[in-house]
Amino acid sequence: MIADSTTTVQQNALLAALIGLPALGAVANGALAVQTARTRTHAPDAPAPVGLASMLGVGSIAAAFIVAVLLFVQLTSGAGAVTAHFGDWLVFPTEAGRTPLIAWDFTFDRLSSVLALVITGVGTLIHVFSVGYMNDDPGFARYFAYLNLFVAFMLVLVLGASYPVLFIGWEGVGLCSYLLIGFWFGESANADAGRKAFVVNRIGDMGLIAAMCILFTQTGHLDFAGAHAGLSGMSTGLITAIGLALLLGCAGKSAQVPLYLWLPDAMAGPTPVSALIHAATMVTAGVYLVVRASPIFAASPTASLAVALIGAITALFAASIALRQWDIKKVLAYSTVSQLGYMFMGVGVGAYTAGVFHLVTHAFFKALLFLGAGAVIHAMHAAYHHAHEHGDAQDLRNMGGLRAAMPATGALMWIATLAIVGIPPLAGFFSKDEILVSVFARAMGSPLASASLMGLSGQVVLFVVLGFGTITALLTAIYMTRLALLAFEGPGRSSTSVQQGVHDAHGTLLWPLVALGILTVAGGWLNLPALIPIGPVGVLEHWLEPIVGETTRRLAPIAALPHEQELWITGGAVINAIFGIGIALWLWRRWAPVDAHHATPGTGFGGLLERAYDVDAAVQRGLVGPVLAFAKRVLWGTVDRGVDGALTGGGGGLARAAQWVSAQVQVGDASRYVWVVALGVLGTLAALAWRS
Amino acid sequence: MNAPNVSGMLMLILPEVVLSVGAMITLLLGVSGADAGRSHRAAMAALATAVVGVVLAIGMLTGAPLAPGTTFIANDGFRWTLTALLCAGTGAAVVLTEAYDRRAGVARAETPALLLLAATGMTLLTAARDLMVVFLGIELMSLATYVLVAMHRTSARAAEAAVKYFLLGAFSTAFLLYGIALVYGATGSMQLEGIGSAVASGAKLPGLLMAGVALMLVGLAFKVAAAPFHLWTPDVYDGAPTAVTGFMAASVKAAAFAIFLRITAEAFAPLLADWHPVLWVLAAATMVIGNVLALGQQQIKRVLAYSSIAHAGYLLVAVVSFSAEGATALVFYLVAYTLATMGAFAVLVALSDGTDRPLVRQDLAGLRERHPWLALAFAVCVLSMLGFPLAGGVGFFAKWQVLQAALQASVPQQTLAIVLVLSSVVSGGYYLGLIAPAFMQSPVPAARPIPAPPTGVRAIAIACAVVVLVLGVLPSSLTRLAQRSAPSAFAGGPTVATTIQP
Repeated sequence: MIADSTTTVQQNALLAALIGLPALGAVANGALAVQTARTRTHAPDAPAPVGLASMLGVGSIAAAFIVAVLLFVQLTSGAGAVTAHFGDWLVFPTEAGRTPLIAWDFTFDRLSSVLALVITGVGTLIHVFSVGYMNDDPGFARYFAYLNLFVAFMLVLVLGASYPVLFIGWEGVGLCSYLLIGFWFGESANADAGRKAFVVNRIGDMGLIAAMCILFTQTGHLDFAGAHAGLSGMSTGLITAIGLALLLGCAGKSAQVPLYLWLPDAMAGPTPVSALIHAATMVTAGVYLVVRASPIFAASPTASLAVALIGAITALFAASIALRQWDIKKVLAYSTVSQLGYMFMGVGVGAYTAGVFHLVTHAFFKALLFLGAGAVIHAMHAAYHHAHEHGDAQDLRNMGGLRAAMPATGALMWIATLAIVGIPPLAGFFSKDEILVSVFARAMGSPLASASLMGLSGQVVLFVVLGFGTITALLTAIYMTRLALLAFEGPGRSSTSVQQGVHDAHGTLLWPLVALGILTVAGGWLNLPALIPIGPVGVLEHWLEPIVGETTRRLAPIAALPHEQELWITGGAVINAIFGIGIALWLWRRWAPVDAHHATPGTGFGGLLERAYDVDAAVQRGLVGPVLAFAKRVLWGTVDRGVDGALTGGGGGLARAAQWVSAQVQVGDASRYVWVVALGVLGTLAALAWRS
Repeated sequence: MNAPNVSGMLMLILPEVVLSVGAMITLLLGVSGADAGRSHRAAMAALATAVVGVVLAIGMLTGAPLAPGTTFIANDGFRWTLTALLCAGTGAAVVLTEAYDRRAGVARAETPALLLLAATGMTLLTAARDLMVVFLGIELMSLATYVLVAMHRTSARAAEAAVKYFLLGAFSTAFLLYGIALVYGATGSMQLEGIGSAVASGAKLPGLLMAGVALMLVGLAFKVAAAPFHLWTPDVYDGAPTAVTGFMAASVKAAAFAIFLRITAEAFAPLLADWHPVLWVLAAATMVIGNVLALGQQQIKRVLAYSSIAHAGYLLVAVVSFSAEGATALVFYLVAYTLATMGAFAVLVALSDGTDRPLVRQDLAGLRERHPWLALAFAVCVLSMLGFPLAGGVGFFAKWQVLQAALQASVPQQTLAIVLVLSSVVSGGYYLGLIAPAFMQSPVPAARPIPAPPTGVRAIAIACAVVVLVLGVLPSSLTRLAQRSAPSAFAGGPTVATTIQP
């Protein structure tokens, strides 16, 4: 990297601290968790070390945020990207000598700086929220150990300067996700959800590994700079193959069709986890990877179109499911899947800045929505507990009228709802609008429009993407307004004693929400369009120009979009959103409330949506069942037990043979050993005599 | 090469001087002062001596460029790296033996003193370039070790092990000595360099030379426990006090490999085509026999004994590769193997109840609940022996280096690489079988209560595991060190290796 010479020792140390602080927090909290577990073996009711654990947990992330800000400030003052080399890992001998296949190279450049700020910034807020949310959980220290470890791995992911280092972070966050989804592993459903996330992600990881294999064999490099430089000599078909393999990996991590199945189940984890991992950061790693690998996608319009199409399908598909979910977190989960689809649309059409922009604003408002939902669940849970009733604290049918009891949370949730719906001037409006405008501009004429995907002309694909995006925006307005209405408006639907027990969030449960609320309102100013110059225009775009400027231009529209056309799209999007809110108001104004206990499953299309198109059941029947049967009968019954029997298993074949041999030879009789040695000597002598 | 003056000569054997003087001080401390803390004071003195040895070796490595050694004492990176490693291993063994002996109620000053004497022999072996010095080093090391095995005089098992070790050791030493005599007769030189040049210019008595080479190889193969000369290993490792077993498995083996590599590199290089097939067969047989027979073992120390045989096989692959890469891989592997072995044996010492009852897998049951940190350290060290990536830390890279060396030898050793990988897969069967009870079974009440492990033992276990993990993330520093430590004989590249038959 060019910036090597300018990277100072101090910057190296800062970069090491950025990753090291959360990692140290994880180790310290892990030690604390182990210690607590040991204490509990003789004092089962020993309290969790809440104070120390939260100090370590929040402190390490907040410190990392400060470090990120320091590095960012240096970057804004004109310094080049910070690239640090912390040694080599795998050293592969090649003809040119021993070249590192994997080097511990990290880079804090303009792209990773944005991500690092979001991860540590939003991460700090969510850590603070967690202190209140997990306060009486016996696994408090373990929770913070996992959460800190997650941040450390997430930073490895975005700061790694090569595909393998990115992959280590990629797998690390997957591990933490698994651990946190199954955090309450006492209930088997939670553990199952964790396992599902793990297994589905493996499918995607195969794609990422395949992409790395092709890149390495073709270019001999796996660092971003070297591998991308080596693309120039490659055939387009091969580049498309790499792009599609990467897309598979990104689809797994970012929950795109068809690998989205794990994300709704991932809501089994604590709500702050859903906010941090399954909304704001980890699931956007796929978007980040597409942007980071933009030289690959820009060189293959076909692969780019595939990204955009997958994103559009996912966006529409998930948004329609969100329409009929009753669990407040499930609505938000499908909404996340849908919004990730939006980001894929953006980066798929080569509007990399727009994709990153939506990633950032989405991190703000979706984290706010999840934390708000967490505050609601926390309050409902406490109220049920207080009233000695049993009810589902996450079911929207049990809520209603909560704004009266929780005014601050209610107001913030409404702001976030309007932001995701796309009402100006909230953050979501600008980022979503930019994606739609970008898609439209490219559909009107660009290298993408003249390319083709599976026989379809690129232009058709782009208009399909645009159409799906527009419908998705309408559906988003409907389901989000529905959520807010069902939770906060109308009469309360739980018993009076429960309703009286609901109290608004305060302290650590509230002020992270306020901070995120401010970001949700102001986030749009990061990248204002030229059309609405209410501040500096295109800040993020200028910022990312050195990273993605060239690749963006390779897929950019032939002619700039006329202002009036852009105005039409923007205006249309706003009207679309308002229309959606109207539909939701009209639909749920006269909705006859049903008790969650006595609710009948929906029928017809509505029921299908409620059951998420029965995809899970179909996968279970068509894929999981046969695979399990095959695994059980053939792999386990024949292969595994055969090998196991041959190798180990106490009395099994090889082990038994080994025991028999030992019993014959290893008799413990030194005089017999002497004979064996003598035979060996004779053999050696004979071998050398024969040679000479 | 000019003969250095007396002070220069002393400087060349400074670590050996320090270690042997330390051994005498240790012995003296064991018979002076109040009865109460005698053995402890002696152990501390021995530990300090070992630390001085480590510091000295590191100082030589990092200090001014090394002056050329003499024709009988080498002064190269290979020597100093392995001296540092062996002194560190000895220091760890001092702590472990003291804890173990104390628990058994037989702590005495002779043990640390003998460890230092063994270390003197071992460090001498890393430097020896003359067959007399080689013999001196091997016997000094072996004699001290025979006695260490027998230190628990009331234990019949230990006594049996010591007698077996001594008898078979003497038997093999006879071969070595006879081999030395024949080689001297054929070449007229005791110095490795002289032997090498004599052989290169065509020996007058090829039959005599070959017989000598064969017998020397047998003697060395016995010391590193290569099959079929490994038979003593399971019985001796099993019967010896656990801490001494750790010392033998880690350090004694490392020292034996040091001289094995130097002799083959400096004296027998021109004969590579002749001895290569022999060592090839020994390497393959050792890997397979060690790994397969380990599967059938119930007692932990026997499992680790066969495991150490298997590791000898892997290390022989590095020797057989006969190149700078092979030497690098050997040094790298010895560091990784010493760390993992010392760490694992530290945990076993912590678990022993002071009797000579053999440890079985059941003794590890529920270790996670009783001592979570020790359980983790044990898992890391055992996974490192398995060569598991990341969680096994540096062990993975050790195998990786050996494989790379084998595949890059001037005639690539694919078959050995395949045997190495496949037999490593088999080793998963018993390594994981050691970890599983520690984490997946509930503790069984011990027949005799096991006291809390001493701090020193815990520190060694955890420090070994941490270093294993850190080097697993940043192996490049160790790779560089190992590259600098390849014997100078390989500096010009393996010119003779072209004659190897694959």
